[in-house]
Amino acid sequence: MNEPIRRLSAVVLLLFFALMAAGSWVQFVKANQLGEDPRNVRTLYKQFGSFRGPIIVDGQAIVSSVPIDDPFNYQRTYTDGPLYAPVTGYYSIGPGRSELEATENALLDGSADALFWTRLGELVAGTEQQGASVELTINAAVQKAAYDALGDKRGAVVAIDPRTGAILAMVSTPSYDPSTLAAHSSSDANRVYQSLLNDQTNPLINRAIGGDTYPPGSTFKLIVAAAALQAGYSPDTLIDAPQELSLPLTSATIKNYGGERCGPTDQITLLEALRVSCNTAFAKLAMDIGWPAIESMAANFGWGSGLDIPLKVTPSRLPTSPNAPEVAQSAIGQFDVRATPLQMAMVASAIANHGVLMKPYLVSKVRDPDLRVIQQTQPEKMSTVMSPDTAAALTVMMQAVVKNGTGTPAQIDGVSVAGKTGTAETGLDTPPHTWFVAFAPAENPTIAVAVLVENGGDIGNEATGGKVAAPIAKAVIEAALANAAGGN
Amino acid sequence: MATVLEVSVRVGRRSEAVLLLFACAISLGARAFVDANAGGGIGASLGIYSIAVIALAIAAHMVVRLRAPAADPILLPAAFALSGLGLAMIRRIDFAYASRGKVTHFADAQEGWAVVGILGAMLVIALLKDHRLLRRYTYTAGVLGLVALLLPLVPGVGREVNGARIWISLFGRSLQPGEFAKIAFVVFFAGYLVSNRDTLALAGPKVLGIRLPRPRDLGPLLIVWAAALVVQIAQRDLGASLLFFGLFVAMLYVATQRISWVVVGLALFAVGAVAAGTIFAHVASRYDAWLHALNPSVYNSGRSYQLVQGLFGMASGGLFGTGLGNGSPGLVPFAESDFIMASLGEELGLTGLMAVLALYLVMVQRALRTAIGVRDGFGKLIAVGLGFSMALQTFVVVGGVTRVIPLTGLTTPFLAYGGSSMIANWIAIALLMRISDLARAAATDAPLRDAPGPADTARSAPVRPAARAAIPAVDADAVDDGPPGEGAGEGAVPLPDGAVTDAVPLPDGVQEVAR
Repeated sequence: MNEPIRRLSAVVLLLFFALMAAGSWVQFVKANQLGEDPRNVRTLYKQFGSFRGPIIVDGQAIVSSVPIDDPFNYQRTYTDGPLYAPVTGYYSIGPGRSELEATENALLDGSADALFWTRLGELVAGTEQQGASVELTINAAVQKAAYDALGDKRGAVVAIDPRTGAILAMVSTPSYDPSTLAAHSSSDANRVYQSLLNDQTNPLINRAIGGDTYPPGSTFKLIVAAAALQAGYSPDTLIDAPQELSLPLTSATIKNYGGERCGPTDQITLLEALRVSCNTAFAKLAMDIGWPAIESMAANFGWGSGLDIPLKVTPSRLPTSPNAPEVAQSAIGQFDVRATPLQMAMVASAIANHGVLMKPYLVSKVRDPDLRVIQQTQPEKMSTVMSPDTAAALTVMMQAVVKNGTGTPAQIDGVSVAGKTGTAETGLDTPPHTWFVAFAPAENPTIAVAVLVENGGDIGNEATGGKVAAPIAKAVIEAALANAAGGN
Repeated sequence: MATVLEVSVRVGRRSEAVLLLFACAISLGARAFVDANAGGGIGASLGIYSIAVIALAIAAHMVVRLRAPAADPILLPAAFALSGLGLAMIRRIDFAYASRGKVTHFADAQEGWAVVGILGAMLVIALLKDHRLLRRYTYTAGVLGLVALLLPLVPGVGREVNGARIWISLFGRSLQPGEFAKIAFVVFFAGYLVSNRDTLALAGPKVLGIRLPRPRDLGPLLIVWAAALVVQIAQRDLGASLLFFGLFVAMLYVATQRISWVVVGLALFAVGAVAAGTIFAHVASRYDAWLHALNPSVYNSGRSYQLVQGLFGMASGGLFGTGLGNGSPGLVPFAESDFIMASLGEELGLTGLMAVLALYLVMVQRALRTAIGVRDGFGKLIAVGLGFSMALQTFVVVGGVTRVIPLTGLTTPFLAYGGSSMIANWIAIALLMRISDLARAAATDAPLRDAPGPADTARSAPVRPAARAAIPAVDADAVDDGPPGEGAGEGAVPLPDGAVTDAVPLPDGVQEVAR
């Protein structure tokens, strides 16, 4: 009987080889394919189950991974979720990732090249992969002031340190709480996501940098004024300021706010035109200096170029080859001129920083799990927008706006604020978007801010940049200055 | 007699002790990892557990030293390591279920079963002095096996769990009598075949050079085939029917050396499998889930959910696994029993899966080696039957999990949760050790029994060259064993009728079974 037993033992060997081959097939050859199968919840566990680095504002973690007793091991938690949502974004097993959670993902989950040595150490020590912590330029007090000042109004605030480009605040309202999307049930997360998507107020849109860009209205006069100053005008140069400007090639006219005159005569100084935000004067001025001068000035400020801060910023737009009446319309920030609140903050920032625009950025430092700094953002010049003289002249003009012009609600005791209002028509039936861009203190600016409130905020058709947006800018500047004073 | 110690070293008791130490280390190490990674830290329970494991290992080793000193040294440590690994994994599954809000106590129960299994095995080794005694109970075993197999079908006794009617209730506990039926059938097949192998082997017409069995000799084969079909259809247990039928065909082949039996057997099984797949919806759906497991419509219908989840788990383990306690084996339904191999694959990786398969392979090959080594045909067939059934069972269940064959509901020997399986497999190991003791003692300590024969020159060779040389004309394997005892302790002395005697003298007081 021994011969058949030997044959049988060969058969047994074959059976086991078949099992080993099948095991290799499943666990090695097909492992990646099976791992990527959307039905494989383990891939989610692995991806979402590791310790993810925190996002830090002013030394406090506003986003962190907290150990939890479920298959994911960690729960992503958001402190003051709605306040920081436009910055942090969400991290969800349903809709995925957005904003910093998406752009800094490799650092946060520890898979970035910069963390190679850390990973190697973890491998040797047998500890689990840990992500880096990402420290932001955001100032918690400024962010909070901006969020509170916006309140129930739809809009956005961006504040920048003009000297460096560091973004001090980035708020978009209405917001949402990323915690609700971080639920460890994909059906719950997807349900919340769907309801946010269907929300008429679009809470998921980051109004500060993305989504729809807005007509900048009269705040665009800063660009026209800068172009004029660069072209040889001075704040005292007299320019035409008719009550009503008839435009060439068309029967349309341009009027001032409320149909009023800009001054006692039909000629006013450039400074005066900006102070009272004279539409006819700037429309005429734009046609006089020509579109190319305005276009290149706007490009210096950043129009037309995308930005990664590292969030993706929607490029602000200009009309292409506008004719004379279109140039006149564009000069007062209507027609096809569009801008993000960040872009308008960059305008204020460049003027405040003596004509030099610093590249805006959100991430100041990245530290590995052992708290060693592995990345530090150095302030970087983006462009020289205008001469220091032009910047100084514009500053004086903007101070006048706040001192006794359209922007008086932004006045702060003991601080000279430079600003510009904007009230952009959005159509016949909808209230205007209101703007205020400002920086302070005018002599030595430490904060530049842009405020946008959609569709008149809470006062509808009566809204102007001065009434609605300027007080918000004031609150943000006050918070920043108080914080700087307290900090020093 | 002065060479007693030396001989016992050669038979491998010291190797067994060392291997048992390894097995204990594997069992306790695995448990420690599970406690540390999934159970919230290593606690006092690990200490108690360690003492119990080591005590059991020592006890088992002592029993073997005393009652089966020449037994194969690898079987016990291999079974011990597999049981220990299984216990750690089942405990880990308990933790996994607990984290998902389901409280289970699989590990506690299984620990009890493992103790009962090991003690049972020791009892078998201690009480059963010679496996040939079992031949007395050939037909009793056959009847018992059949009854055990069909018991779950009896209304009031049998219980249907998860669609398979293979459990019975006994004293409030559920029992899978099929596991014990396996051993009973091995004994029955061995006894039946050893008595009838001449007719089965030699009679019958020759067609195309292959000797076909006579139709009337096909009877038993057909009966077993029919029983297998009944099991598959009535109990919805495809795995068990494959196991019993494969076991019978393999033993028939070994007994008769006729490949035609295998051909006929495989043909019959193929016919049965295809017919069942055509006629019965639940069998067809099993085939479907196997062939189109990842197909969304099959998956969404739930038919291949378990299989695919198991594959996902194993895939996530990759080459080295997630580490014990760090994976998500609890996602797979029945991760503690049918799919314990997927759980192991996930947390120990392909490396761990290969190691476990290698352990099984070594165990089975030692069983088959024992079959070659033992002299009596009955012992050979039992060893073959036990070894091959373990191999086939492992193949059927692991092959089902890894998609080599359709998924069936068999238990993975020693690893999977289940008391019947644990006890039955330990008894099988005990029987194998008992047989190997005789096989190896025949080669090793013949001189110690004051029976210096021609064999004492070849300690490890199972078939003595001298014996073969003495009767060159006769194939020692093909001839039925003569009554042991007739050799009068003289070992392989050729008998007048040309048959070879059983080389092993029976211990005192054991009577040869009348044939």
